Amino acid sequence: MSPHLSIWLIPLLPFAGFLINGILGCRLPKWMVTTVALLAPLAAFGVVLSAAAGVFGVVPLQGLLPQGLRPWNLLPWTETCPFAWINAGALHVNFSFVLDQLSLVMLLVVTGVGFLIHVYSVGYMGNDEGYARYFSYLNLFLFFMSVLVLAANALVMFIGWEGVGLASYLLIGFYFEKKSAADAGKKAFIVNRIGDFGFLIAMFLLLANFGTLTFAEIATKLGQDPGWQGGVVTVIALCLMLGAAGKSAQLPLYIWLPDAMEGPTPVSALIHAATMVTAGVYMVARNHVLFNHAPFALGVVAVVGALTAIFAATIALVQNDIKRVLAYSTISQLGYMFLGCGVAAYSAAIFHLVTHAFFKALLFLAAGSVIHGLGGEQDLRRMGGLWRKLPFTFAVTTVGVLAIAGFFPFAGFFSKDAILYAAFLQGPQGRFLWFVGVVTALLTSFYMFRLWYMTFLGEPRSPQGHPHESPWSMRGPLAILALLSIGGGWIGIERFGGFLAPVVGAGAAEGGSAQLELVLSQVAVGVALLGWLTAHLLYREKSTLAASLATAFPGGYKLLAGKYFVDEFYGAVVVKPLLGLSKFFLEWVVEIGILGGAAWLLGGLTKLAGAALQRWQSGNLRSYAAWVAAGAAAVLLFLLVPWATVLASLTAIHLGVAGH
Amino acid sequence: MSFLPWEEVPLSWFLLLSAVLFSLGVVGFLIKRNLITVFMSIELMLNGVNLSFVTFAHQWHTVKGQIFVFFVMMVAAAEAAVGLAIIISVFRARATLAVDRIDLMKL
Repeated sequence: MSPHLSIWLIPLLPFAGFLINGILGCRLPKWMVTTVALLAPLAAFGVVLSAAAGVFGVVPLQGLLPQGLRPWNLLPWTETCPFAWINAGALHVNFSFVLDQLSLVMLLVVTGVGFLIHVYSVGYMGNDEGYARYFSYLNLFLFFMSVLVLAANALVMFIGWEGVGLASYLLIGFYFEKKSAADAGKKAFIVNRIGDFGFLIAMFLLLANFGTLTFAEIATKLGQDPGWQGGVVTVIALCLMLGAAGKSAQLPLYIWLPDAMEGPTPVSALIHAATMVTAGVYMVARNHVLFNHAPFALGVVAVVGALTAIFAATIALVQNDIKRVLAYSTISQLGYMFLGCGVAAYSAAIFHLVTHAFFKALLFLAAGSVIHGLGGEQDLRRMGGLWRKLPFTFAVTTVGVLAIAGFFPFAGFFSKDAILYAAFLQGPQGRFLWFVGVVTALLTSFYMFRLWYMTFLGEPRSPQGHPHESPWSMRGPLAILALLSIGGGWIGIERFGGFLAPVVGAGAAEGGSAQLELVLSQVAVGVALLGWLTAHLLYREKSTLAASLATAFPGGYKLLAGKYFVDEFYGAVVVKPLLGLSKFFLEWVVEIGILGGAAWLLGGLTKLAGAALQRWQSGNLRSYAAWVAAGAAAVLLFLLVPWATVLASLTAIHLGVAGH
Repeated sequence: MSFLPWEEVPLSWFLLLSAVLFSLGVVGFLIKRNLITVFMSIELMLNGVNLSFVTFAHQWHTVKGQIFVFFVMMVAAAEAAVGLAIIISVFRARATLAVDRIDLMKL
């Protein structure tokens, strides 16, 4: 790895793309917009790749390094902005980036998958009026995401954190003429504020207790003093978890993610499946030292993750919007990742993050291809029989479904298995979490195959149109992602965990054995098969079983179809009172009290002043002259005897007012 | 130049005379109602000031004060021309020269 490697370039290249397309985009010809939009992430990906090549020792750098130093010993590689960023009293924060194994893996995913989705978007958004605007937002997102990933301290991370929130807001509300899209953007932004509140509090507590926000320094201080255990560390970790739950759509803050599907489909793939929503998992892994010193918080992370996984999976069972099924599946898979973090298997969680980025981006993009082919249709009930018309999309979706369901040679199998195995080893509570995870796997397999059957198999259920396969710019990324979904898991958790170990530590797997792991994997695959079988029974051609099931359990079906009525509950408990209170404040305190009062006060004062001063405007020439003379006399008096001036002027005004 | 008899007159006398002339002008301006008298009062004030200018010029042996006087006289002449023209047109319009009646700008 070259000492002159500039990791600054990784965020700055997409930022340049954002500036060019954002400012000049509407005036540039379309091919130029496309070039800029694709070159920026490609160049960033190139920089990341060159860094990775150096780290993995592909490039022969050994000769340049001191004796005995392997390339990866150079990590973590820190680059700090030479100018002080924040220097206020005891608070010193540098704008610094750190490249280590963890951020390298994340960067590969963010820029790599990000670039593929940029390419896909060229085809998908080709006829959109906001073409340049779309790509400038997408580049902006990549900029903030790489800042988030590269951050060496919590404050820089927070910039990226807020920035990706902004980009997400802009892209969810991309079709802002549509009220539902604009509302969904606002919802995402506001729900994320709750999580950000937790992140902020955690930062304040970190500053108060450790005096620094740099991750490495916090880890050092925690390691030096064994007294840091529980207590305030737990509070900090819980606040961080609140932030992560907001960004990564965990219970109870997951509600924004399904609505975020209002954005264009590639955005759902990039931001709301592959990268941004995994920022919470990344943040927990980045702060794993804190969490390791707070067992209670770690338990909370695991339980929240497991609950979210099964909760979202049950909702996904009955959704009919193809993107919403995938959205709930994303929430569920993020739950797996938090489960992995919660049992201190950080490398397994990051592994699942990576494979999930592959197959979920693939599934979303394939769904986008279906929607594109059907001219905007998103309802599963109006699809069916598409495998004949969209054979390529059918093939890649099959790969994605097999991967997410956890079938053997596909990526999802390895990572999900690693998490479940790590959970199983955590004693009785761990076994319970494992059980929840396995049930979730069953549900996942079921709803994914349900989607698969309803979309591609059976008879066409909608008379409309001639479905057409997507252009090559969309099929290329799909093919690459499909290959990654097949082969991405073959890295294996041992190699992956070994690579990440310098950052997140090796998973404390005690009492495990290869045999146990094999049994658990077989259980997982068996469960996935069971899910497939159930879906086959319910949704194969002309089966009425599903409908009769729904009528047999109307209450349960309603509960699931209504998404447990969480939105309604929040609406009644949080939103409505808050709106009422805001309205009261706006109408009575602000409108009538402050604005009305200020207007009344200013008006009244002016009127009073006018009433008093209008006496001077008499129109009488000689009285004007008298005032001029009096003024001259006052100036003279002030120059000669200053103290008498006040008295004299008061007398004069009194005379003047009384005189008229 | 000690042969001049008023050489012996102290400075303060001149200034006093100047102040008296100026004050007469001010008082005349304020109490007189006829526009022409008011105008003449202004001339009186200007000449009061002129007197103090030349007094100081003489006292300090400089020429600046005298130059100022020339300027003032010139401005006064111009003012007399413009002022009298205004007075005539006011009289034509209102048929009066009483300043108290000329109060169109009153609220």
